Amino acid sequence: MTQHSTRPDYLNGCRDGLPFFLVIAPFGAVFGVVATEAGLDLAQVMGFTFLVIAGAAQFVALQMMVENAPVLIVLAASLAVNLRMAMYSAALAPHLGGLSFGRRAVISYLLTDQTFAAAILRYEQSAPRALHQKMAYFLGVATPVVPVWYLATWAGAALGSAIPPGLPIDFAVPITFLALIVPMLRTLAHVIAALVSIIAVLALAFLPFNLGLLIAALLAMIAGAETERRMAAQAAP
Amino acid sequence: MSYSALQIWVIILGLGLGTYLLRFSFLGIIGNRPLPEWVLRHLRYTAVAVMPGLITPLILFPQATGGAMDPVRLGAALATIAISLWTRNVTLTIFGGAAVLFALHFGLG
Repeated sequence: MTQHSTRPDYLNGCRDGLPFFLVIAPFGAVFGVVATEAGLDLAQVMGFTFLVIAGAAQFVALQMMVENAPVLIVLAASLAVNLRMAMYSAALAPHLGGLSFGRRAVISYLLTDQTFAAAILRYEQSAPRALHQKMAYFLGVATPVVPVWYLATWAGAALGSAIPPGLPIDFAVPITFLALIVPMLRTLAHVIAALVSIIAVLALAFLPFNLGLLIAALLAMIAGAETERRMAAQAAP
Repeated sequence: MSYSALQIWVIILGLGLGTYLLRFSFLGIIGNRPLPEWVLRHLRYTAVAVMPGLITPLILFPQATGGAMDPVRLGAALATIAISLWTRNVTLTIFGGAAVLFALHFGLG
């Protein structure tokens, strides 16, 4: 087997993962503060952060726990928020599926919105990379992201809020995702998929448990794939 | 909150395990088995299908303002898109978007 150097890919991943600090640090800290104020002890707060690593679902679970929802309802609602992870998993399989079982297990643990979006942008845009270079890039993105999430949550839980109230830090999430999505809109099919996603999520906003997002995403994937198929059929002689 | 410590740990472990299984699902099961072309064609649009839907409500109806449209956040979102198209660089876009967000926040606030 040809040996490919993975070091540049790993370092590129680290570099591309660094700006997520702007999102991860405040959100981890806010989760730590809010969860502690809601009555969780430090071990429970860190249990969430180590075992779940999914900010949106953690906040949903916490919100429902504050409302004393039944345990099964808390689990169902917060897991529904994370169903998109299965879509990410499927989208990464063609790129990383060739790795050993153990490595796929580690990649799965580190699969978040940020690592997925950065990795898929890279895999689709740059020149084709070997399997282990793709893995190195993914691990590189995760390197500044995941430890910062742990540390920020711990700091929030242990030290309390140092973030002045009223700052629009919630908006770090849309900004980082816009920065990742816009470069993905390379073809008409990608643009149509994004538009269908936006329109459908607004039309389905009345559905509970984030189901609107899942249905919108499925419709958008179908719209993108169908546009691609028709354009290919048109281009063919 | 009126849960026992055991119930809280059931939630934490259940959500952790469930989330992990969702992440591992296709990556773990499919591995490198070849997928039919129509499946791959759909998967190519996963990111542009999920992410815009994920952030659209956050941009238009932010929870922090009680769901009311906010000129600071809308302006920052539009500026972020413009910076992305102009610089074609993800890192510059993130920092540029954050700079516009805080400039508008302190300028308009």
